[in-house]
Amino acid sequence: MDHVRIIAQIPGLRRYARALTGNAWVADDLVQDTLERACSKWRLWAPDSDLRAWMFTLMHNQFANDVRRLARQRQSGVQVDLDDVPNELAAPDAGQDLSIDLQRCLLQLPEEQREVLLLASMEDMHYEDIARVTGTPVGTVMSRLSRARARLQLLLDAPPVATGQSMAMASTVTPLRRMK
Amino acid sequence: MNNKDRKTPRPLSDDELHALVDDQLLPVDRPAFEKRLAQDPDAQARVAVWRQQKAALRDLHRAMLDVPVPDQMMVAAHRVATKQQDVNQWWRWGGMAAGVMLAFGVGWFSHTAWSGSGQRSASAAQTDFVRQAGFAYAVYAPEVKHPVEVTSAEQEHLAQWLSKRTGRPLKIPKLSSEGFELVGGRLLPGEQGARAQFMFQNAQGTRVTLYLGSLGASVKGLDSRETAFSFNPDGPVPSFYWVDQGFGYAITGSVPRDQLMKLAESVYRQL
Repeated sequence: MDHVRIIAQIPGLRRYARALTGNAWVADDLVQDTLERACSKWRLWAPDSDLRAWMFTLMHNQFANDVRRLARQRQSGVQVDLDDVPNELAAPDAGQDLSIDLQRCLLQLPEEQREVLLLASMEDMHYEDIARVTGTPVGTVMSRLSRARARLQLLLDAPPVATGQSMAMASTVTPLRRMK
Repeated sequence: MNNKDRKTPRPLSDDELHALVDDQLLPVDRPAFEKRLAQDPDAQARVAVWRQQKAALRDLHRAMLDVPVPDQMMVAAHRVATKQQDVNQWWRWGGMAAGVMLAFGVGWFSHTAWSGSGQRSASAAQTDFVRQAGFAYAVYAPEVKHPVEVTSAEQEHLAQWLSKRTGRPLKIPKLSSEGFELVGGRLLPGEQGARAQFMFQNAQGTRVTLYLGSLGASVKGLDSRETAFSFNPDGPVPSFYWVDQGFGYAITGSVPRDQLMKLAESVYRQL
């Protein structure tokens, strides 16, 4: 396969990862890990299939792994590397207030809803493709999308103080940290 | 909304509204859908909100699309591409291939580009190869009960098995864009070891086969070369065939020549 075709996917993957993780460093680690994954999984790539969908599938799997690993580490009380702390504390990258707010609200959605919402909205991906990428039935994709849009709207409409409360409510959400 | 206006028996479902927002409604469904939406202010409000949301998400981090790709990612992308090329060694033309194949396209008749002592035996080996492909087609394509040994249901096993026996990692090409679905495959004897036959069938029941296998390192000039597509109109059924790194490929079937050419191109691109 032509490397140009792979490189052409990278900006889109970086942006998606950025929105998914809410952190530029974590996002680039996720993209890098996805590319490494592509190196080892290339046998599963069918040349006539959609390269973009394949890359997003690899990223989905990588992301799911990272989230699981992080959850395990938290449970077993693994100490956080000091290097990670600034990233965790840092607010999302500077930008317009609106996009900061949107990013903040996005991060309060459960990962699986956030993924589906971003794939459908930001990436304009077909529902069937989202189902393939996330390895879930289309019906599940639709219900996640529905819940994600409803929830995101509630979060966006809520005044800032109230969002603090809803953040506490969303304690199951595991923010992804930089692993390296 | 008063009762008189309620012509729709069923309120719009969330799924339908999402499909509208994401522009994934079937065009045929759209007019009827718009009609129903016009009578449902609640749904209109939801659609408006979701559209706004979607527009905001589409703009989120948009600037990142223009940021240069970091070197480390470039390196990794090259590595992915190289890995694939390492195995698809006989597929060296990369992105140029499709264009080259078109240039060689319909109306162009076979020849092999090299000369020297290997030429005669090489072309003889190819002629034999495509003739065997034709025979194999003639024997198995009309078969109703047992056209294949392993069916498409066990596609992965089929690919592994035939890869092992023919000594090449084989990927089963997908020809659904040309209207052909995999029926299955079988192992066949050839002069230089095992040959494989994959059978495909379209909705009309027309079958084409992909026959492949080693032409043997002993045939001078074929072990490291690629030949262009050749058309063989002789034999029981016509074939397009080519040789790549000592491996022969023939796509055979009673279909018009340009269709056969398209199938051959598709196979070539995928293997």
